[in-house]
Amino acid sequence: MTRRGWFSGVMLVLGLVFLYVPIASMVVYSFNASRLVTVWDAAHSPTLKWYAVLFSDGQVLHAAWLSLRVALSASTISSVLGLMAGIALSRFGPFRGRSLLLGMTTAPIVMPEVISGLSLLLLFIALEHAIGWPHGMGMLTLILGHVSFCMAYVTVVIQSRLAGFDQSLEEAAMDLGARPAKVFWAITLPLILPAVVSGWLLSFTLSWDDLVISEFVAGPGSSTLPMVIFSKVRLGVSPDVNALATIMVSIVATGVVVAAVWMRRRQRRSERDAQLAAAANL
Amino acid sequence: MGGSNRARRWVVGVPTLWLVLLFLIPFLVVLKISFSVARLSIPPYAPLLVLRHGWPMLKVHLSSYAYLFTNPLYVRSYLYSLQVAAICTVLCLLIGYPMAYAIARAGAWRNVLLMLIVLPFWTSFLLRVYAWIGLLQNNGLINHVLLALGVISHPIVMLQTDFSLYVGIVYSYLPFMILPLYANLEKHDPALLEAASDLGARPFAAFRRITLPQSLPGIAAGSLLVFIPAVGEYVIPTLLGRTDQIMIGRVLSNEFFENRNWPLASAVAVVVLLMLVVPIVLLQRVERRELEAE
Amino acid sequence: MAESRSQEATPAPGYLHLEGLSKRFGEFLAVDAVSLEIARGEIFCLLGGSGSGKTTLLRMLAGFERPSAGRIWLDGQDLSAIAPHDRPVNMMFQSYALFPHMSVEKNVAFGLEQERLPRREIRARVDEMLEIVQMGRYAGRRPHQLSGGQRQRVALARALVKRPKLLLLDEPLAALDRKLRERTQFELLNIQQRLGVTFIVVTHDQDEAMTLATRMGVMDHGRIVQVGAPAQIYESPANRFVADFIGSVNLIEGRVAETGSGTVLIRSEAPACAIRAVCTPPCAVDDTVWVALRPERIQLQQAPHDGAAAENAISGRVRDIAYMGDVSICLVEAGAALMRVTVPNSSGVLAHIARHDEVRLGWNASAPVILLK
Repeated sequence: MTRRGWFSGVMLVLGLVFLYVPIASMVVYSFNASRLVTVWDAAHSPTLKWYAVLFSDGQVLHAAWLSLRVALSASTISSVLGLMAGIALSRFGPFRGRSLLLGMTTAPIVMPEVISGLSLLLLFIALEHAIGWPHGMGMLTLILGHVSFCMAYVTVVIQSRLAGFDQSLEEAAMDLGARPAKVFWAITLPLILPAVVSGWLLSFTLSWDDLVISEFVAGPGSSTLPMVIFSKVRLGVSPDVNALATIMVSIVATGVVVAAVWMRRRQRRSERDAQLAAAANL
Repeated sequence: MGGSNRARRWVVGVPTLWLVLLFLIPFLVVLKISFSVARLSIPPYAPLLVLRHGWPMLKVHLSSYAYLFTNPLYVRSYLYSLQVAAICTVLCLLIGYPMAYAIARAGAWRNVLLMLIVLPFWTSFLLRVYAWIGLLQNNGLINHVLLALGVISHPIVMLQTDFSLYVGIVYSYLPFMILPLYANLEKHDPALLEAASDLGARPFAAFRRITLPQSLPGIAAGSLLVFIPAVGEYVIPTLLGRTDQIMIGRVLSNEFFENRNWPLASAVAVVVLLMLVVPIVLLQRVERRELEAE
Repeated sequence: MAESRSQEATPAPGYLHLEGLSKRFGEFLAVDAVSLEIARGEIFCLLGGSGSGKTTLLRMLAGFERPSAGRIWLDGQDLSAIAPHDRPVNMMFQSYALFPHMSVEKNVAFGLEQERLPRREIRARVDEMLEIVQMGRYAGRRPHQLSGGQRQRVALARALVKRPKLLLLDEPLAALDRKLRERTQFELLNIQQRLGVTFIVVTHDQDEAMTLATRMGVMDHGRIVQVGAPAQIYESPANRFVADFIGSVNLIEGRVAETGSGTVLIRSEAPACAIRAVCTPPCAVDDTVWVALRPERIQLQQAPHDGAAAENAISGRVRDIAYMGDVSICLVEAGAALMRVTVPNSSGVLAHIARHDEVRLGWNASAPVILLK
């Protein structure tokens, strides 16, 4: 880094410390024997006792299972819907209702969640009152509620990917005799697959993580994992939550490392290809 | 492009219909209920349409709104939420800009650093906020360290203050500031700065005259992405914020869940939305312009 | 589009026949009533600057844009209502638009697969086409593993393998560097002659158009301003725009002084001279006309200070000489005008002429071209 960049460099390092210290502290204290979260009990630590507590907590396990099912469904549905919306917005040119769709796909990203949650719950209640559906709040309403904001993220991801690739690829396929449906399956979808995958992962995370909307639309019998955590930590610090956090952080970290290694390998391959092509030019 | 019109209609129609049903209409329901009054029934509010002498009559109540604007408790909550959101946006900008700038200039490390910014986003937001309780409480890590170093003699009260609230919000929303800023700064041509310095501008002047004006769209997008959701933030103030002054998101949830006053909760939501309409429209405009510039 | 097409519409005389073809984008008229005849086996170049409408015209032929008015006939078939994927027309894209997730072989086979041909036939035709473009060795490679020239050849093969009745090429050589471009030009001609496919090439590069085209059309503001063989367009441009757009030219405004006996005499003020030209355009005495003089048709001499005002001659002073290798370009101030003259360096004329020298410019009566607009 040049001398000119020292200030921003220092800020970057401090900012990263700021972002990672809380996460690191949870990981460290998850192995702490003391009930007092921040007092390190050197005599009995490190210990896995909070992990044992966590895994014997039926409420947590039940909630995690519900969250998993909700997140899988919500992310899959929102990937399909977001893919459709993204394609419509970036490939169909002007059409009637375009600004409506555009507005509705960007607004949920910034909409305060209490408002989305309240409005969804009131809708569900009004619907139930009017047509008897849905039957009370539960997994179904959770999924419906999560899809609406998850698909907004997928749409943005798909749109920016489509903006980055040459539309003449699709025209070329059509020129070579492929019908529109064929163009989509043979050309468009394979090319934006990485965006669809990352949109799905993002939706999964958002749904898995969502608290506020779930608080509104979950109903009494169906608490998601964040809801259980929230009720625990509202009552004060609870060490088994550190253990849960550590598990979640390690899953994400493993995923990231695997993805990074894979990307690195792919990049190295494409660098080699570029050299090959350069050699062919000689 | 030509193509089968039926397929196109489906591709447009399905997501539009979904969002109309589950995003747009719910707001209309909220709007409707905000013009009602609470009563003991199921659902706990008076219907807007009543039959009088066999004729349907529209009965609109403005009492929820009147209550909101005359009761200083609510007015103060709104102002407090706006103030917190504004302060946190500025803090995010002050911290995030140099970080985004450093990443944009980090050469080969760019992607790794970007990954590090995005990574916390993938781990539970709730748990990351919770972690601050352990750090900030009276017998928490920070007080421990400061006491051990002899900087302080008594633990400082940090939890449930404005300070802890700001820390929590800035911490959670920082990536939303950094990413659009980075996306903007990364596109800048380094030759412009070289040209400025060649023409005699000192580094700071070059930054102020060249980089800063060009990054205004990024600043706007990042600031709005932080400000808008921060106004209605619910989790962070609940876990880290003051108990004597609550933000509007808490007010809404209290009115709904604890007081079961649905019309008042709805009115609170409608007023928050009205406050956020201008920023949301601004954000959409900024983003559209950025997308078109690509 | 119209539901029922009138059956009595007569098939066009040419192989490709455009009839009053227009394209409007909102208020902007991109292509303005273009009518054109192109024969089978021709290489027709559409030459024009950016925004001249040439690419829009090409995209209408491919079917990506719907004409706002007019019709397209190809080999007796009305293409106007046929979707791009059903047209017997293929296109080579400027960016090549090779599918990045498919090998060279898969890219070339893609179009044939859409026709649901037997696999063996696809294989045979792909192999044959890859041999023609000399890419047989690279069949298994992905596009990003190829050099620019190789990509260009794959794109060509992919478009040609479908045996289109018409091949559209959008700036086919623009993405190649200069050396490669020259070699590829001749390859392209070779392949076209071998397969006999009709080519329509869009380009903004006049050298490219000149070497490739059997005929070319110059486009400006959505209209085709002149159609003809390259030499014809260069030697006798139809108007000032064409004269100026193709090659470099000295344009002199003047007034007709005499007509008759196969020559015209024009007097101009900048530079002040009398120009006699052998052509006989339909102009009358006192008309305002423009004279186009190609720089290489002007002879440059050291000035014999006789000052005699002869026809087709002016004197001036050399302002600048630019050495270009094979030729030198001289800018000569002649009164209020600045004349451009190209002198072959092998002629040795410039050995005795330097900047600021007084010189004399002269030309034959066959050199000037009279333009009415």
